[in-house]
Amino acid sequence: MILYASWILIILMIILAVLSVQFKDLIAAVVAMGAVSLIISLLFLFLQAPDVAMAEASIGAALTMAIYIIVVRKTERREK
Amino acid sequence: MIRKITYAIFLGIIITALVLFFAAFPFGKNKMAVGNYYLKNDIKQTGAANVVTAVTLDYRGFDTLGEVSVLFAAAAGVAILFYVLGEDKKKREKQVYPNFIVRVGSRIIFPFILLFGSYIFIHGHLTPGGGFQGGAIIASGFLLLYLAYPGESVNRKRLSVVEGLAGLTFVGLGLWGLFTQGNSFLFNFLPKGQLNMIFSAGILPIIYIAIGFKVASEFAGIVDDMMCEAVCRGGEK
Repeated sequence: MILYASWILIILMIILAVLSVQFKDLIAAVVAMGAVSLIISLLFLFLQAPDVAMAEASIGAALTMAIYIIVVRKTERREK
Repeated sequence: MIRKITYAIFLGIIITALVLFFAAFPFGKNKMAVGNYYLKNDIKQTGAANVVTAVTLDYRGFDTLGEVSVLFAAAAGVAILFYVLGEDKKKREKQVYPNFIVRVGSRIIFPFILLFGSYIFIHGHLTPGGGFQGGAIIASGFLLLYLAYPGESVNRKRLSVVEGLAGLTFVGLGLWGLFTQGNSFLFNFLPKGQLNMIFSAGILPIIYIAIGFKVASEFAGIVDDMMCEAVCRGGEK
């Protein structure tokens, strides 16, 4: 069960990672990147590494995303 | 077109290589000798129920000091990058605050985030988690307040004092163990206590609490720097 779920999550993660490069709207790209971090933290949880999962969820999905969003707000929202 | 085909071919080669490489590992069994040693001797030698904490703070405590120093260097680097002359004259502009629900909701949720982060780093030697994770969670609570009140700011002097005291606690405990009790840096000189109790594992909980405060204040400082770069006006650029 968890094996199939992790396959689906991995495929979703690859799609989101490609999308975060392809998006022209930078806020959408940042959100896709945060979703990648969140899925990675779920996979860490499946691999029974809750310590790493917590660090990834709080730093990768919350703080890094916020810093990127502040940067996008300070510069330009759309990629030329 | 040729470029895209080249990309696809190289991507295919890399993915095939990775899959073949990781398929060769028997996953979940056949642990290394070091891992077996830690699992067997952790409770007897350190008294910590969480083996990860025992490894990061006791067996590899000096590496964790290096990790904390790297984080400190990163926070100091951000602060230096964003420092401008006439820092005192920099004023936070009167911002358009978000709506009522965000403002009041963040004030209600913030103490619970603080409590959760503190729980994670105080129980670092018993349950998953620890100083880094708890500190990052507390810093994300500060981030929530910054998003709800863009015009306000934390007191940087107090953050620096907390950060310095926490770092001093870590290094001081290590040096105390080195000079008075044992003959190694970060020697675990306090009694091990009973397994699974909050007062167990000697100095490990104290160190994790110090790391929690340090990481939280560093990340809050980074968030404050970035936020000020977005909303502050004034100062010589």
